[in-house]
Amino acid sequence: MPSTAVRARGLAKTFDDVIALDGVDLDVAAGQIHGLVGPNGAGKTTLLGLLLGLAVTDAGTLEIFGTPVGRAFSLSGSVAGFVDGPGLYPMLTARQNLAALASLRGEADGRSADLDELLDRVGLREVAGDPVRGFSLGMRQRLGLAAALLGEPRLLVLDEPANGLDPAGKRQVHRVLTDLADAGATVVLSSHRMDDLAALCDEVTLLSAGRVVFSGPVRKLATESGELDYRLVTSDPEGARRVAEGTPALSQGAGRTSPSRTDDHALVVRGPEASLDDLVVRLVAAGIAIRELGPVVPPLEAAFLALTGADLDASTVDEEPAR
Amino acid sequence: MTASTLEATVRVQPVALRRGYRFELVKLVSQWRLRLVFLACLLGPAVYTAVISRQTSLPADALYGRWMNQSGWAGSLAVLVFMGTLVLPLLTCVVSGDVFAVEDRLGTWRHLLVAVRSPRRIFLSKALAALTVTVALLAALAVSSIAGGLISIGSHPLPGLDGHIMGTGELTRTVLLAWLTIVPPTLAFSAVGLLGSVALGRSPLGLLMPVVLALVLAGVQLMPVPVALRVALPMNAFISYRGLLTTPGQLGSLWIGLLVSLAWAALATFLAYRLFMRRDFTDVAYDGSGRRFVVAGLVPLVGLIAVTTVAVAAATGATGSGIERPKLEAALATSFSHLYVLQTEGLHRPAVTEDQLQAAAKCDKAGDRVQDTGPGADWRCVVTWTLPGATATGTAIYQLDVAADGRYVADGDGPKEVNGFFQIHTPTGDAPNPLWQFDGFVDLLNTTMKGTQ
Repeated sequence: MPSTAVRARGLAKTFDDVIALDGVDLDVAAGQIHGLVGPNGAGKTTLLGLLLGLAVTDAGTLEIFGTPVGRAFSLSGSVAGFVDGPGLYPMLTARQNLAALASLRGEADGRSADLDELLDRVGLREVAGDPVRGFSLGMRQRLGLAAALLGEPRLLVLDEPANGLDPAGKRQVHRVLTDLADAGATVVLSSHRMDDLAALCDEVTLLSAGRVVFSGPVRKLATESGELDYRLVTSDPEGARRVAEGTPALSQGAGRTSPSRTDDHALVVRGPEASLDDLVVRLVAAGIAIRELGPVVPPLEAAFLALTGADLDASTVDEEPAR
Repeated sequence: MTASTLEATVRVQPVALRRGYRFELVKLVSQWRLRLVFLACLLGPAVYTAVISRQTSLPADALYGRWMNQSGWAGSLAVLVFMGTLVLPLLTCVVSGDVFAVEDRLGTWRHLLVAVRSPRRIFLSKALAALTVTVALLAALAVSSIAGGLISIGSHPLPGLDGHIMGTGELTRTVLLAWLTIVPPTLAFSAVGLLGSVALGRSPLGLLMPVVLALVLAGVQLMPVPVALRVALPMNAFISYRGLLTTPGQLGSLWIGLLVSLAWAALATFLAYRLFMRRDFTDVAYDGSGRRFVVAGLVPLVGLIAVTTVAVAAATGATGSGIERPKLEAALATSFSHLYVLQTEGLHRPAVTEDQLQAAAKCDKAGDRVQDTGPGADWRCVVTWTLPGATATGTAIYQLDVAADGRYVADGDGPKEVNGFFQIHTPTGDAPNPLWQFDGFVDLLNTTMKGTQ
């Protein structure tokens, strides 16, 4: 079996005058969970669409499991997934949706036991007989995942699979995906939740304006953020300020606290990790209790903002539009 | 894994057509809206015929409406009148007009394409599923209308549009054939529904395309258009079954109607297919294009009307309205002969045959200043006949309301004992007078009688 599930070189795609992808390279190892992230219009959904065979590139090459993808809809059943929502039929029940799809694909004609097991995996067995029209967004997402899992695909392509999920649902989806990867399947997913990507992905590819601005392990992305602003809350704000001023290589007030934390007792400091360690030692020595010390913007998010040049006030990355 | 097995793994294998077809059927029949429509088709005509046939006031405007309390078959024929005007175009809206648009509404195109991996098979599956459901609805209407009439009134003889009496066997054959003949025009409207659904996406206009077309064509048919154009419209096939109700059958218009309908069905389906295959499925905001619909959908269909009109004119030599005095006189005389025999039997008078009567009609449209041609309610006809052994000639007057589609209603104007009263006094009691008012039919395409006296 090829060790590379997806290999793309110089992918380009335009829609009328809009450049969706501009020379994108992508390597996804088999058995890996690979995240795609980027701001609106970065080209994530277009790239996922190419992986699902919904369109072909204008230029460049795309290979899936070592086989070139030449034309639209030319991918085998070993590739499954969804873009722009899970694509379910609201008039059918959860089980009927899966059964109809299984029957369509000729996969064991949707044996009831298999479907129940699948519904169980995504936590929807209890509502298997309910029409999908009454499902929440999170339930639809999970059912969409179950539909994608029919036929045990080798490459699963998911667009925002955690969208609308509550914490329990998110944990369930994460477990399903990690189990799949453990079993050797490859997952490529997009998300605007950096914490999701950090929790799930081995590697991420960061897209901006149709180009790859980063691709590699998640931990490496975090280092791309450079020096971060840290928010420091102590038992003695004034004392802490004096201590910080005396700590070498540490600046304060350069950054801003996050919009939701505008209390006057927080101090924002910036510096290398060694200086932060020094600051903590000095505060303890001065008898000042540290109640909170953490990055104002999480490292992955900070890296995202730094690499894409996005507005720093926009502390979250929104969902990408249609394409 | 070897190279060959890997190749086999990734080789494209679109979903089989029968699976796609079944998938589309499951989606269609799971819609509550369609289930209710099917129930309405199954019960509506039966209830209508059962209730109306027991009323004293009958829908005489509808062909065979006046016979609904006489024969169970009349109910089905009366229901058939409403089919082409609105019911079937409306049904094709609900089924074919929505079969593609529903995927746009639900945002499921990409999901479907990933699963099926062949737009061509998706189109075929959807078109076949829509066709199946439409035909099932049509069958429900037919069964319901026939069953409703037969159960409530029973199977009794009925006069044809030339006045000849049709027994149970002929009625069974004719009514079933009549329902079968409206399958092709239904397919034509169904194909137009597919075209609207593909071309206009979620737009309500796409959904309503078959009804809009039906209303436009019905409007055209109300106008005094040349007979070649009238016959070349797909709406004509909804009423051309009338030719089956005469002996011999007037089948020219029927065959042309069926061919025109099939041409419409084929062309509209092809246009829908071509638009569908050219669609960019990566654009989820797609809502169709009015301009594209006009250029790639409407213009070719208008072209088809022009081509079929020229073809009909060339093949039949039919010109004008198709309604001329000689044809009307012949049709009226034939109907009168048959119905006079029926009246004679009812009155238990000495038997007489149509040939013995030697009935003839003289018609005039609105006096001398108006040409005796074309539709109108101002036709006045005098029918004459001779009884065997009698020296005197009988005379009866009729006012005729002739519709542009060739159907006419003859209203007896006396003498009272022949056609001036709605009942006849038979030895067993009063009975409807068959000569008082009756429906008839002029073959618009029959050019052999043109100009003859």
